Order: sequence, then C-alpha cells, then structure tokens
Amino acid sequence: MEILNSLSVFNSFPLAELEVGQHFYWEIGNYSIHGQVFLTSWFVIGLLVLASLAAIINVQKVPRGMQNMMEYALEFIRDLAKSQLGEKEYRPWVPFIGTLFLFIFVSNWSGALLPWKIISLPEGELAAPTNDINTTVALALLTSIAYFYAGFKKKGLGYFAKYIEPTPVLLPIAILEDFTKPLSLSFRLFGNILADELVVAVLVLLVPLFVPLPVMALGLFTSAIQALVFATLAGAYIHEALEGHGDEEHEE
Amino acid sequence: MDQLIPAASVIAAALAVGLAAIGPGIGQGNASGQAVAGIARQPEAEGKIRGTLLLTLAFMESLTIYGLVVSLVLLFANPFAG
Repeated sequence: MEILNSLSVFNSFPLAELEVGQHFYWEIGNYSIHGQVFLTSWFVIGLLVLASLAAIINVQKVPRGMQNMMEYALEFIRDLAKSQLGEKEYRPWVPFIGTLFLFIFVSNWSGALLPWKIISLPEGELAAPTNDINTTVALALLTSIAYFYAGFKKKGLGYFAKYIEPTPVLLPIAILEDFTKPLSLSFRLFGNILADELVVAVLVLLVPLFVPLPVMALGLFTSAIQALVFATLAGAYIHEALEGHGDEEHEE
Repeated sequence: MDQLIPAASVIAAALAVGLAAIGPGIGQGNASGQAVAGIARQPEAEGKIRGTLLLTLAFMESLTIYGLVVSLVLLFANPFAG
C-alpha cells in the first residue's frame, strides 16, 4: 500500500485520478460488492434495453433511424457468428455472442466517452464496467459454460472424446486448455481497458489539453477491437466444442 | 528491509511489461510486413487482409497486456507489500 500512497500525486488533478484497487463497496448480506461496477453496468444495460425498445416500438418495412441502426448491428453480429460457427450451426448462438459483443462494446465506449469523473463517489470512481477484473471473469466463465453446454448438447458424453482424440498423451494439455481459455479471455479484456484508461490518465496528468486526444481515439479503436475479439473468440470456442478436432472443419 | 519490497516491485513491474513487449513487437512487425506484401501483391484483397490483420494484431497485443496485468498487480495490488 505504500507504493499506492507514493502515487497519490495523481490525485492532485481532478480529471486524472488513478484509483486502481479502490472500490465503492456495498454490503449485501455477507458479501461486499463493487458498487461502481454495478452502477455503470446497470447504466449500460439500460442503454441497450432503451435502444432495443426504440428500435422495435414502431417497426417499419423500410427501416429508419434507430431501427435501421439496430438492424445493422444485428446483421453485423450475425455475420460474425456465421463466420465463426459456420452456416449450419450459427443460428442458436447469435443471441449469446451478440449479447457479449454489445455489452462489452457499449461498456468500453461508455468508459471512454462519458465523463464519469464528474460524478464523485465516496470511494473509488465510476469507469467502464469492464475495467474491473470481476466483470471480465464473469463474462469469460459464461463463455466457458456456453461452450461446455454446446459440446454436451451436441455429443453428450462423447464430448469428452475430444480430450483424448489425437492421442491420450495430450490429455493434461487439453484439460489445461479449459482453464487457460477463460483466463486469457478475461485478462485480455481487463488489461486492455485498464491500460487504455491508465495511459489516458497519465497523459492528462502530464499535458491536460489536446495532447491526449489521439490516444483517446486509439483507446476507442482498441476498445471496439477488444469487444470484437471477445465475441470472435467466444464463437471460435463454441465452434471447437461443436466440431471437435474432427474432419468436417473445412466444410464452411 | 521495508524499502526493499517496493523497490523490487517497481523494478519487476518495469521488467514484466518491458520484456513482454519484445516478442509481440517482433510478431506484430512480421505480421504487418507480410500483410503489406500481400496487399502489394493483391491490392483487391486489401479489405479482407486489413480485417484479419487487425484481429491478429489484437491477439498479439494481448500477450503484452498479460505482462501489463502482472505489473499492475505488482504496483497496485501487491501481495507482498503487507
């Protein structure tokens, strides 16, 4: 904690606060939860629900405005799922992959675009929900559950054959893979978003005006790419569970 | 003794992210070079190559990010700083 205190110079400038590891705790029962993550997550969820409602409230044959945008988003997600899962099996997984993509995308951009810092909390600060490791771990574990479900639903217990498929020698590595997948998914997203915010905060501390703008633009770009990467990888893992290391992988 | 742990943590954090940047740097350079060569050879495939390139660059970048996560843990959530 001494290291953290020595960095308290960061707190002297109001827009460049660095409060990694400080949270706005809520006590619910025996658990203490990170309130700032919940607040921003609810905001993101509310935004998405409102956008969806605005899109379907008055459905036209020729889409305009919000409906047009949401149809574009749906088409994008469908193409993403189709390119990963293949023509035959992508359909049931569009909602899952789309939810992941939209939630992560809107969270990342809300952290980068909205001036959360003007709302001050007693402790910690509002930022993108995805810069808390718990959020990204939850999303990554959801992905793990999803691909196990996909594999079991398709092949039943024969799903376990994939662990010893080429040769049983690789069994430990195949088991290890199930742990490294959520680990790398969650660390990738968490690290990228937190790194973006840290770089912007440090630059704002050094030069408050105009100079951080290109880095902010780069941050927007990487945030969008990371949402895409997360959704793509979720699709790829599900596809792997559906197909195994089998022969029909080149059919697409 | 009290000063040793912060000093070692800061050095370790710098080394973690610095060393983690070497490999992905080489890899990203290779990938980008090959992509440019591919575009020069087949300019009509530029859109497809660019999309794939950005995705692969993000994957490589995440390796550096793992090092960054380690250094962030050392700086802000150090388990040894008592």
